Amino acid sequence: MSAHQPGVAHADHGHHGHDDHANHGSLKSYTMGFVLSVILTAIPFWLVMNKVIDKPATTAFVILGLAAVQIVVHMIYFLHMDTRAEGGWSLLALVFTLVVVVILLSGSIWVMYHMNNNMMPAMPPDMPHQMHNMR
Amino acid sequence: MTMPEHTDLIFGRLTWEAIPYHEPILLATFAAVALGGLAVLFLLTRYRLWGPLWRDWITSIDHKKIGIMYIVLGLVMLLRGFADAVMMRAQQMLSFGDQTGFLPPHHYDQVFTAHGVIMIFFVAMPLVTGFMNYVVPLQIGARDVAFPFLNNFSFWMTTFGAMLTMASLFVGEFARTGWLAYPPLSGILSSPDVGVDYYIWSLQVAGVGTLLSGINLIATIVKMRAPGMTMMKMPVFTWTSLCTNVLIVAAFPVLTAVLAMLSMDRMVGTNFFTNDLGGNPMMYVNLIWIWGHPEVYILVLPVFGIFSEVVSTFSGKRLFGYTSMVYATVVITILSYLVWLHHFFTMGSGASVNSFFGITTMIISIPTGAKIFNWLFTMYRGRIRFELPMMWTVAFMVTFVIGGMTGVMLAVPPADFVLHNSLFLIAHFHNVIIGGVLFGLFAGINYWFPKAFGFKLDPFWGKLSFWFWVVGFYVAFMPVYLLGLMGVTRRMSHFEDPSLQIWFQIAAVGVALIAVGIACMLVQFLVSFLRRDQLRDFTGDPWNGRTLEWSTSSPPPDYNFAFTPVVYDNDTWADMKKRNYSRPLQGFVDIHMPKNTAAGFIIAALAGLLGFALIWHMWLVAGASFAAMMAAIIIHTFNYKRDYYVPAEQVIRTENARTRMLESHV
Amino acid sequence: MSDISTHTAGVAGFSPGADSSASFYVTEHHPENGTLLGFWIYLMSDCLVFACLFAAYAVLGRSYAGGPSGAELFELPVVAVNTGLLLLSSITYGFAMLESQRKRLRATLLWLAVTGLFGAGFITLELTEFASLIHEGAGPQRSAFLTSFFSLVGTHGLHVTFGIVWLVTLMFQLGRHGLTPENGRRLMCLSMFWHFLDVVWIGVFTFVYLMGVLP
Repeated sequence: MSAHQPGVAHADHGHHGHDDHANHGSLKSYTMGFVLSVILTAIPFWLVMNKVIDKPATTAFVILGLAAVQIVVHMIYFLHMDTRAEGGWSLLALVFTLVVVVILLSGSIWVMYHMNNNMMPAMPPDMPHQMHNMR
Repeated sequence: MTMPEHTDLIFGRLTWEAIPYHEPILLATFAAVALGGLAVLFLLTRYRLWGPLWRDWITSIDHKKIGIMYIVLGLVMLLRGFADAVMMRAQQMLSFGDQTGFLPPHHYDQVFTAHGVIMIFFVAMPLVTGFMNYVVPLQIGARDVAFPFLNNFSFWMTTFGAMLTMASLFVGEFARTGWLAYPPLSGILSSPDVGVDYYIWSLQVAGVGTLLSGINLIATIVKMRAPGMTMMKMPVFTWTSLCTNVLIVAAFPVLTAVLAMLSMDRMVGTNFFTNDLGGNPMMYVNLIWIWGHPEVYILVLPVFGIFSEVVSTFSGKRLFGYTSMVYATVVITILSYLVWLHHFFTMGSGASVNSFFGITTMIISIPTGAKIFNWLFTMYRGRIRFELPMMWTVAFMVTFVIGGMTGVMLAVPPADFVLHNSLFLIAHFHNVIIGGVLFGLFAGINYWFPKAFGFKLDPFWGKLSFWFWVVGFYVAFMPVYLLGLMGVTRRMSHFEDPSLQIWFQIAAVGVALIAVGIACMLVQFLVSFLRRDQLRDFTGDPWNGRTLEWSTSSPPPDYNFAFTPVVYDNDTWADMKKRNYSRPLQGFVDIHMPKNTAAGFIIAALAGLLGFALIWHMWLVAGASFAAMMAAIIIHTFNYKRDYYVPAEQVIRTENARTRMLESHV
Repeated sequence: MSDISTHTAGVAGFSPGADSSASFYVTEHHPENGTLLGFWIYLMSDCLVFACLFAAYAVLGRSYAGGPSGAELFELPVVAVNTGLLLLSSITYGFAMLESQRKRLRATLLWLAVTGLFGAGFITLELTEFASLIHEGAGPQRSAFLTSFFSLVGTHGLHVTFGIVWLVTLMFQLGRHGLTPENGRRLMCLSMFWHFLDVVWIGVFTFVYLMGVLP
């Protein structure tokens, strides 16, 4: 074997080397993502600032849904998330993280709701500017 | 909220009073540590070891050296944590009725807190991390981990975190809240002193190291496996390491966030966990256990992997049910996120919530049970050799199963209402941690020691250590189960009921036996070193191993493999031996390796200094060390020349030396 | 993946009795670079830090302790501007990435600078918001709601600040070394970080600001 030239053989270790050919996006995809994001941002702000829907619970539901959609838009158009990135490991990591986040959030909310109800029952509904006797 | 007076911009609340002049135990300890430390410094100087220490160890990015350093850290901290245990057992044995023992509650509370923190964060975690670091790259046929610099940095962060906890012995005091530091007790009103701050910053510094280590090993296992090693051809230890590191990455951020919230409450006066202004202390318990339960699986999964390797090697058989082992491990990984509430059934979430988590807790015992069966089936009709690793494994199987069963008892919420925070709980988790994690680590030490150092551990002293440990464990902890069933609460430094005393005395005898076991282990290391020529491992494969690490020399060369192996089947090394593999003797080329660096040590030291400064409210020092840390990090990123080539001539020399060794010891 | 070189009989690596087409090693092996995957996994862990802060906000976000609520404090037009700034910074970073792929260093640096400026604008607006809240007595110590608000939004802001420091550092490094593969990886990592921060912000403006204003 001939002597190795340090540094030379590794110049190709970049985008076009052995690495997984990641999706790098294009002007079209970035613009599309941007436009979608603007729309998906404008609608929730409009809904809340103009009190468009009567019931706050429904509004909350709608804007959370739109937020979820916008997150997916960001993942696809800005982060170039697909099943091929890093041989599928990126998506797997994301899905696992999402599962844990959902468990963490829903579990904590569920548990703490019950804890609060059972262990702090005498609290009146919390209105701003109302003085409470904390003892 | 009143904050402690800041007397000084440089020294904060650090005064000479922080040094415990009036505590004889601490003074004696300090004297011993100082003498021992001076002796070490003297020896290092006399034998001119500073240079090699810095060049070959402190700045090393070699996963093997880092793995060894983690294990050394863990074993040293085991002695400190065990000293705490001895003090607790002695106190509880003596302190009945009029007798108050020798530890006032103020001190006792720090002892049990430090014991827990040290054993979990600075013994079990480093030992487990050390094994994963050492073994995984070798098992997958790689030359190092994916991010060698980060590896070095992670180690030093862990070490400086440990040093912060150790510093609390001599400067200030430690937390008195138990190892999880629940608020409001750990809040600024109830614990205004530095103890909880030492706790928080030790764990934050060490936690960063652990998290980065988790990322490192996942990337290593995903990206750096030898050609042909598909996921389902990986050794089981590598699988359990992968799942462990996934747990680390998914759990430690929670600890970081929660401790940050607690430190904000203490330092800035926020209201996350306060009793008033809307805070909710129960939220802390909820979040910390969302971290805490995966944490115990982080401790035990690597050890399950060790057992799989040991059982198959010392039964001379392929592991039974490889696929089901992998699935069981993955299922445990996911399920470990669904059980956390069982740590606080009694906090009041009610029947529906408790039932859900009780059921999930019972379900999670099933995959572990499947593993035990697989190990037993591997042993069945095998040619079993009862070397030390196998002995520890058998002891584990019996002991861990008992501990697991008491765990399932605790999983039943109504039963837990009786047993929660009793000594039954203490006995349970020591049962599974000692019987599971510690026994597994000892199996791993005896198993892989020859690989790391080139000679086996002395079997006689090893067996002595084994028997003292195993018998000692049962003598120490079975009475604790009884005490728990009789209703005795944990963390007590004084009792009134004299009928309990006998059990504490028996438990103390057990601890004495364990102490002898630890002493025997230290003697084992010493004797093995002295007798290393008789115990030498010449072939690199002293146990007739089955996985790739046994194909290297003992110890392996820096580059691990002169040529990267190609993998065809599970138990790759066993497969290669079966196919009459013969070692290549020529054709060696330059090997690309990462360079040593001081950056990890320096940045971690600055982080440790920052932690100390924050604890003592030394704001100027904190600001300066933070700035220095950022500068050091940024400067490090300007270093683009982090690698070098091992010249082919050096590879040839190393490999030829091995060839000669192999030929002369056929 | 590296090539598996085949050796013929007689060369060290296997013995005559074995399968003659098999070889037990490769002479040169370049493992795939793990930087991008490793950084992605770090981002996943960061997701969990934010999830904890969101969970705290979910539990504590209505505990006003007699103090002001979100409806009284939040100025949604300002939040909308901030959201716009961050979103714009995301697309300008995207432009920087496109220019880097075309190997145009000056254009890359230009778009990076624009991104940094948008980020700095975001932080400035946010700091003024915090300052005015603290000035009116609605600081993080006032109530659990405000504690969790400042922590969540503040942590996001800290991340953006670190991102800007990183961006400036990377600009210097690009100036010094150019668009090398190593710098390409660093640009990719910062790209992931930057877009991830925008993703978290979607959660923040929805869950904290918009829902905080709802009764």
